[in-house]
Amino acid sequence: MSRYVFGNTVLLVALIIVAVLSLLFGRVDLSFTEVVDALFGNPNDPLTIIVRELRLPRVILGIVVGAAMGVSGAALQGVLRNPLADPGVVGVSASAALGAVIAIHLGAASIWPMLIPIFAMGGALAATFILFLISARESSVLMLILVGIGISSLAMAAISLVMNLAESPMTIRDMIMWMLGSLENRTVSDLLLALPFILFGWLMMINIGQGLNALSIGEDTAQTMGINIKGLKLRVVVGSAISVGAAVAVCGSIGFVGLVVPHIVRALICNEPGKILLPSALMGGLLLTLADLVTRIPQFSTDLRLGVVTSLIGAPAFLYIIYQTRKNMR
Amino acid sequence: MSGLDIQNISLDLDGNKILENVSVSVREGEVVGLIGPNGAGKSCLLKSILGLLDIKSGKISIDDQNIDDLDLKERAMKMAYAAQGAPVYWPLTAETIVGLGRVPHLNPWQKLTKNDKIAIDYAMERTDCADLSDRLVTTLSGGERARVLLARVLATGAKYILADEPVAALDPSHQLQVMNILSSLSKSGHGVLVVLHDLGHALRYCDRLILLNDAKVIGQDVPEKILSDQNLKNIFGISASRWAENGHSLLSPLNVLDET
Repeated sequence: MSRYVFGNTVLLVALIIVAVLSLLFGRVDLSFTEVVDALFGNPNDPLTIIVRELRLPRVILGIVVGAAMGVSGAALQGVLRNPLADPGVVGVSASAALGAVIAIHLGAASIWPMLIPIFAMGGALAATFILFLISARESSVLMLILVGIGISSLAMAAISLVMNLAESPMTIRDMIMWMLGSLENRTVSDLLLALPFILFGWLMMINIGQGLNALSIGEDTAQTMGINIKGLKLRVVVGSAISVGAAVAVCGSIGFVGLVVPHIVRALICNEPGKILLPSALMGGLLLTLADLVTRIPQFSTDLRLGVVTSLIGAPAFLYIIYQTRKNMR
Repeated sequence: MSGLDIQNISLDLDGNKILENVSVSVREGEVVGLIGPNGAGKSCLLKSILGLLDIKSGKISIDDQNIDDLDLKERAMKMAYAAQGAPVYWPLTAETIVGLGRVPHLNPWQKLTKNDKIAIDYAMERTDCADLSDRLVTTLSGGERARVLLARVLATGAKYILADEPVAALDPSHQLQVMNILSSLSKSGHGVLVVLHDLGHALRYCDRLILLNDAKVIGQDVPEKILSDQNLKNIFGISASRWAENGHSLLSPLNVLDET
């Protein structure tokens, strides 16, 4: 078995184990048989409601969101040929946050809780649309990054404005808590809102591997190898924007997954930018599900936020990997 | 007539005339050197031929086929490009880099076939880098890296090779190695178009030279005629010393001439 196949298998097995553990632990700890019974049991049984309507959607959402961030990070780093790129760099995360913050400011949650992710999705789509218009015309990587930073800064400024105008400290607290990210209390509706966009984003990026590999030796050379560079960039930028936008819309800003996951995969499995997409998806799903499990450890109060945990795990891991692989980065 | 034919192409970038009615050709079996002062349009000519820059007018054909009738992959199988500086952005193994040469032959999901592996091995053999296969390119010396990237170009199986200053930044022994490889490729049927700054290499290794200045072709002929004292003086503003050794004609720039 090659290192690549072995690595992916280990990741998949680990992901399944962590996903099962996530079904077992929470406010009420269940045994494996209880979970199995609940999954196929009477829909009115409280355990069945907990497992089917609360824990299962949360686990699936965690895997999908983590995978979206991992894949997008790997694809963006590949296309921008920059190990520092992450999904935040294109500005969709901040734009989604802006949508959510506006919804909170307007008191949308008291009308219908789903309005917050819907507003966030609107913000992400608006940013994606701007990126689409620009990347359809402009092919310079530097321009794309600068436009992303511009969109991001503008959205952050608007978030500050909305917070500035907030009438009560409680509203500001809600906004900040949203931005720290969480999978808590997410339901099937959240999953159904995000999933189509995330899948659409993945579909756009479905066969970019060869192009990303070719890009390792420069854009001009890749084009003379028969790769449509403009199309590739458009698909990666828009595809990752749409899937990360949807992910952030339902669970808030979750830092570091998109940046750190491709680095872990490169250190453990392989360096080829086209081949790290699949393991990055698995690793992203694993890391996020694991982090979500940590937030449920009872000793930490329920207020421990997912985005905080991912950053706390991600940043030291990132530093360690950078230190370990520094000799290859020259 | 088979070969790479560029007829009357003109190129504008941001309103500046970069190439004006340039006509050049490269036949199989020859090394054609592209020389001229900085800013003459040499790199842009190469990029125009490769389709990386959109020409304003003119016609480019490969083996009697208009380039506009070929899609990106078909072009890629006929022409390969050795870019200037040849960056590598990730720490990949030499073999992986050379394997990228097979991209034009594979659809996005396809794995390397036995034929691809043969092409890769052949390319690494020809460029003397078979023993580097498992090394990360980021750990190679400049000369080793240049050979690996040349092997990538060769692995495409393309008949025409367009190289932009392949020996810039290499030490003398690696310069000679790379030039010898290009020359031996032409002998096995490749057509090579190479941008050179070293007029000595141009004289010694090229079958023909194209002299480019201010967006125009000044001359296109055997090296001895193109590198006349007249041209060296008028175009490059230098004088040169010439001699012969071991049957090679050699040339070395001598003095900068006053622009009077």
